[in-house]
Amino acid sequence: METIKNYYFTDLSVMLGRSMRHHFRSVDTIITATIMPVALMLLFVYVLGGAIESGSNNYVNYLLPGVLLMAIANSMGYTSFRLFNDVQKGIFERFHSMPIARSAALWGHVLVSLVSNAVSVVVIILIAFIMGFRSPAGVLSWLAVIGILALFTLALTWLAAIPGLTAKTQDGAIAIAYPIHILPLISSAFVPTNTMPTVVSVFAENQPVTSIVNAMRALLNNQPVGNDIWIALAWCIGIMLVAYIFAMRAYKKRV
Amino acid sequence: MIPNEIAISVQGLKKSYKNIPVLKGVDFKVKTGSIFALLGSNGTGKTTIVKILTTLLKHDSGTAVVNGFDVASKPDSVRQSISLTGQFAAVDEILSGRENLIMIARLRHLKNPRQVADDLLKRFGLTDAANRRVSTYSGGMRRRLDIAMSLVGKSQLIFLDEPTTGLDPEARIEVWKFIKELSDNGTTVFLTTQYLEEAEQLADRIAILQNGRIIVNDTLTELKKLFPPTKVEYIEKQPTLEEIFLAIVGKKEEK
Ligand SMILES: Nc1ncnc2c1ncn2[C@@H]1O[C@H](COP(=O)(O)OP(=O)(O)OP(=O)(O)O)[C@@H](O)[C@H]1O
Ligand SMILES: [Mg+2]
Repeated sequence: METIKNYYFTDLSVMLGRSMRHHFRSVDTIITATIMPVALMLLFVYVLGGAIESGSNNYVNYLLPGVLLMAIANSMGYTSFRLFNDVQKGIFERFHSMPIARSAALWGHVLVSLVSNAVSVVVIILIAFIMGFRSPAGVLSWLAVIGILALFTLALTWLAAIPGLTAKTQDGAIAIAYPIHILPLISSAFVPTNTMPTVVSVFAENQPVTSIVNAMRALLNNQPVGNDIWIALAWCIGIMLVAYIFAMRAYKKRV
Repeated sequence: MIPNEIAISVQGLKKSYKNIPVLKGVDFKVKTGSIFALLGSNGTGKTTIVKILTTLLKHDSGTAVVNGFDVASKPDSVRQSISLTGQFAAVDEILSGRENLIMIARLRHLKNPRQVADDLLKRFGLTDAANRRVSTYSGGMRRRLDIAMSLVGKSQLIFLDEPTTGLDPEARIEVWKFIKELSDNGTTVFLTTQYLEEAEQLADRIAILQNGRIIVNDTLTELKKLFPPTKVEYIEKQPTLEEIFLAIVGKKEEK
């Protein structure tokens, strides 16, 4: 028992290193999680930007929060997929028959999602800078933005873990990705919600991505964040806790 | 027998999957340093026994003691002293052969993982393919890597669940050689197989699992004695284990 606890972080770092290789060796993953959002940002700014009335004079500033959330959302299918494969291919069984804390294998996947998304976020922000993104935000506001992004990533990662652990087929495992992909599109991420038909805008205004986007936008523009930040935090933490409980239950059943 | 001469002791082991009984009271002992072969047809519960003994699955009743530790109450101590090669190769396809071995060596907290990996690669004839991704390996190479991964850290007891299924005769003989080497070095080997010849070649003791119980547990010599005396034929012929098996298991086709 003692030794297992003493080595917990060593084991976790081995698991992290393993899954990082899985992430960065998959061209497909990098395209979906990083290149696609950047391409969308370019498309929105340089092709559609002139036609969309966002009420902001810097459209890149307006878009960036949504693009970041989209990048994070897009990577979730891969979390499910990698977990599913580990469960199916028996590598988890090997780990679990070894003197390693059982949760290390699962946390490895969660940390990889955090780290790889952090890399995507940094790349996208750098490209946005080149495209003219500017922010008057101070250190505290940036820290708040980073915190929100981390919570959003954790919430979606635990959500994506559930089908990864329970699905019977690979298609079933990654099916969760589609509704998650669509959420940023039906939100205030790219166009103001008041331009949408009533039914759609009611949905858009009350789903998590809109309040998260609005909170990030306010933080980055040095404007008052109002209630949005609390709604955003409540969504992220709420989804994270519920998904964590279900994912852990599924994991324990598996091992 | 003296307790520390017994590597595995199983008594009255029962296990059902959703009210379908698979193990109905299994008893056997495995002597330290011996090769023990568990024979049985498809679906008789060989893998179930291996999973219980390697702490991957909880049994319903009975006791199972591995290296002096009860699997139910001291699973961590059991895991410290065993190593498992499951029925289906549990290797990481995206990593190279060397990376797979280094990963396991790190998880076993060995001092020089690279050296350990290189030695095993050499011993298993995988040096040339060491830096290739495992997804490019043939079935035989995968299985060799799988077994090599179980030898990292030199556990005193190793479980091999159908180690040669799907291998061609040449690869099979190679695996037999490794198993014999292991045993010569004092490792206890618990082996399941459907190949009677495999048990005949390797095992000090052979047990046959049928209908949830061990119906025979003996040395090959004793098993041969069990068989009806040599029939009067033109050529006197020793019964093969295959014949013994079929005679004991009896009229399977008639069901
Ligand atoms: N998770 C499970 N849920 C329900 N039934 C199961 C489960 N795992 C195994 N079984 C059933 O238990 C029985 C024994 O399975 P087990 O895998 O132990 O057999 P086996 O002897 O290893 O077979 P094989 O030679 O095909 O590997 C089978 O009838 C199988 O269908
Ligand atoms: Mg089996």
